[in-house]
Amino acid sequence: MWSDETHIFSVSEVTHTIKYLLEENIPTIWLEGEVSNFKAHSSGHFYFTLKDANAQISAVIWRSRAHILNFEIEDGMHVQALGNVRVFERGGRYNFDILQIQPAGVGRLQMEFERLKKQLEAEGLFAAEHKKKIPAYPSVIGVVTSETGAAIRDIINVISRRAPNVQIILRPVQVQGEGAARDIAKAIEEFNAYGKADVLIVGRGGGSLEDLWAFNEEVVARAIFNSHIPIISAVGHEIDFTIADFVADLRAPTPSAAAELAVPDYNELKRKIVRFAQRMQRAVMVKIEHYRQRVKALQRSYGLRRPEDLLHQYALRVDELSTQMQRTIKQRITSQQQYVQQLELRLQNLNPKKVLERGYSITYLNGKVLKRARDAQPEGMLLTELHQGKIESQIKKIEDHG
Amino acid sequence: MAEKKLTFEKALAKLEAIVEKLESGEISLDDSIAAFEEGQKLVDFCLKNLSEAESKVKKLSRDIDGNFELNDF
Repeated sequence: MWSDETHIFSVSEVTHTIKYLLEENIPTIWLEGEVSNFKAHSSGHFYFTLKDANAQISAVIWRSRAHILNFEIEDGMHVQALGNVRVFERGGRYNFDILQIQPAGVGRLQMEFERLKKQLEAEGLFAAEHKKKIPAYPSVIGVVTSETGAAIRDIINVISRRAPNVQIILRPVQVQGEGAARDIAKAIEEFNAYGKADVLIVGRGGGSLEDLWAFNEEVVARAIFNSHIPIISAVGHEIDFTIADFVADLRAPTPSAAAELAVPDYNELKRKIVRFAQRMQRAVMVKIEHYRQRVKALQRSYGLRRPEDLLHQYALRVDELSTQMQRTIKQRITSQQQYVQQLELRLQNLNPKKVLERGYSITYLNGKVLKRARDAQPEGMLLTELHQGKIESQIKKIEDHG
Repeated sequence: MAEKKLTFEKALAKLEAIVEKLESGEISLDDSIAAFEEGQKLVDFCLKNLSEAESKVKKLSRDIDGNFELNDF
């Protein structure tokens, strides 16, 4: 164990051997790892540790190469670094001397995302003043998505349920992979050239960051920004925003949600119109009731009995309307569609001119309904509106009972 | 009075205005008859607009000459 041939190494010697073995046998390599203990030293050098689950290695970016660090590096970030293993004999330590460095995988995409976001934001592409208003009642919806994906199915389902007669026009695109971004941008440009869509939905169903990447590309962002047609972005990724979401005039978390934002609910609208119609009906009823009271008062005062008297017509109309209203109250219609049809019918019956069908007529003087004989002048012209047709006549005699 | 192209949006806004005018009570019977008639036309127009037949989904493409064409989806 101990003989004359026994070579006793000096510390320098063994360290030198280690240095030789390591530096000669490990060429310049790409190394991937997680950054920890990152320190920007006052000397201008950057020191940190690269680690994975089982091991770690010290790393350094010398001040002379500080410019290679063109992104915000921080602990926990995964990076890929090109460099060499160097042994420092004096300290008995080794580290990884970095020549090039970049965020790894998803990290790199996120970096690219942040870079582009910052750039486009600075250019004003996300500014509120560029946001176009989404039309309240569109008739044509343009859709830019995959022909085979779930997104178009969801959009068709929602729109055909909410607004069945809104036209959907799909411009099929490839939503992921090589050329997808270019295709999406081109589709948006084509819709603008085509010109018939009132609003566009641009998107796809959910996926990983890589799957959604096309919606983070500059060419898509610019196409959205340049579109004259308002755009709703619909990238199925509820938590994270894509660049497309920032540029779009409105952002929806999913394609279904985009469809809901794009079209109004027709049933809701029908109810609204029905409510308007009812209010109109009620207002006219109130007015008629008011006149009925006046008619009654006049009848009491003057004992008018002439059936052709215009005032009598109001009384008749009021009676008809009361009957109509009683019928209405009896009818408790459940289905909305039925309700709407019934309403149309009721409106027809409510029309004051319906009375004309029964043989009554309305007399106009100078375009206004004539209610008092004393408002007319002998020799004056009257217009009488009948159920069918009108008669123009000249006044011979006026009897004022008013 | 007749407009060249009445949009649904305009019709709805007009209808709302007529309803409010009728409810205000500050309108003569003549005017309220006219307003009622116009309102009824607007109701018809709006409901018709919402009840048109279901539309088919189309696909936008370009022919050999680069002209747009719509095909069934």
